[in-house]
Amino acid sequence: MREVDRPTPRTVRLRLEVPDRVEHLAGQHYVVRLTAEDGYRAQRSYSLASPPGDPLVELLVERLDDGEVSGYLADVVEPGDTLEVRGPIGGWFVWEGDEPALLVGGGTGVVPFVSMLRTARDLGRADLLRIAVSTRTLADLPYADELRGAGALVVTTREASGIRPAGRLTAPDLVPLWEPGQTAYVCGSASFAEAASQLLVGLGVPAADIRVERFGPSGASG
Amino acid sequence: MAGPTRGFLGRRRERDPRLPPGQYDVGGDWPVLTAEPTPRIAPETWSITVDGRVESPTTWTWDDVHRLPASDYRGDIHCVTTWSKFDTHFAGVSVDTLLEAARPTADAHFVMATSKTGYTTNLPLEDVTGGRAWIVWEFDGEPLPVEHGGPVRLLVPHLYFWKSAKWVTRLTLLQRDQQGFWEQNGYHDRGDPWREQRYQGD
Repeated sequence: MREVDRPTPRTVRLRLEVPDRVEHLAGQHYVVRLTAEDGYRAQRSYSLASPPGDPLVELLVERLDDGEVSGYLADVVEPGDTLEVRGPIGGWFVWEGDEPALLVGGGTGVVPFVSMLRTARDLGRADLLRIAVSTRTLADLPYADELRGAGALVVTTREASGIRPAGRLTAPDLVPLWEPGQTAYVCGSASFAEAASQLLVGLGVPAADIRVERFGPSGASG
Repeated sequence: MAGPTRGFLGRRRERDPRLPPGQYDVGGDWPVLTAEPTPRIAPETWSITVDGRVESPTTWTWDDVHRLPASDYRGDIHCVTTWSKFDTHFAGVSVDTLLEAARPTADAHFVMATSKTGYTTNLPLEDVTGGRAWIVWEFDGEPLPVEHGGPVRLLVPHLYFWKSAKWVTRLTLLQRDQQGFWEQNGYHDRGDPWREQRYQGD
């Protein structure tokens, strides 16, 4: 572990040096596996925020209430520690850097999109990406400045944002971002992912062009 | 195998023997994990076909499957994302019943399950026979919710749950194994949770 910081009250950002690592694609994840003294193990998957060209691997972990692994990562890990990781994993929710994409993220669901954005910048192709983000408040959104700097639409559901009152992402928000030929990527809680993917279907985006990554408990709200 | 992680105690010391390695008890929750938008499928437009290496390719409508002998499953399910859910109750018909009608040929050894969405997953034939697999339309006595694969999903509870294809509409018997959706994307061809067969190479 090389760097640990806490960009928002509920998240921890971990930057690891991974020996002999296999280069990942933007959107892939790593498994973190913790082992107790008596051999008890717990493991969870976390999306990478770093692009392939980053010498370190960056994970952004949301601390869940009663989270066995996220609680450890948020409260105990410090630079110099060694963690067992496995990856990269996942060949579906990936962006290879050469096709237009619409990225729709809820909360910490933006993490794979940060990897995609950084990859696009490294390739000089940030023009390929359109980004829409939903968060409770701006202070809850990891990578908020980086996303807004890239032109992302940021919608806040628990506070007004400029002249816009608090509210969820809507179909009219997505209309100006959608173009035929894009692949749409949706990532967030189960309820956010369901709502956002149905918005896209309602706009006429072919279901086959929508890739969805859901996480967390079924009852979580975006 | 790495040594202990500094400072990690873990939550549980008394481990429920129903939990396969690396899994945790999700309790009353039932997470939804799907790689595609949830389709809206009216039961009257749904059907299931058994084809491929069979003597008698057969299609059943929603009404047809309800006339088959009912069969149910009570027990646990295990998702590769590390949650397990205990004491579930699903009802539908046994895959054995469908295969008895379609009659697999002697060279049929694998099955590809296909969903209405185009999702696919591959299984050894022996994992869907002998009373170990169902197609189900009820959960805890209620219609199976669409986000959990309703109106009808495959249920193969002794394997990781991505094998239990949601919105299943076709079972194709094969002579040789072919990889389905997650299997092409790095996940294991069999997916036995007790052997922790999560990813290719496990």
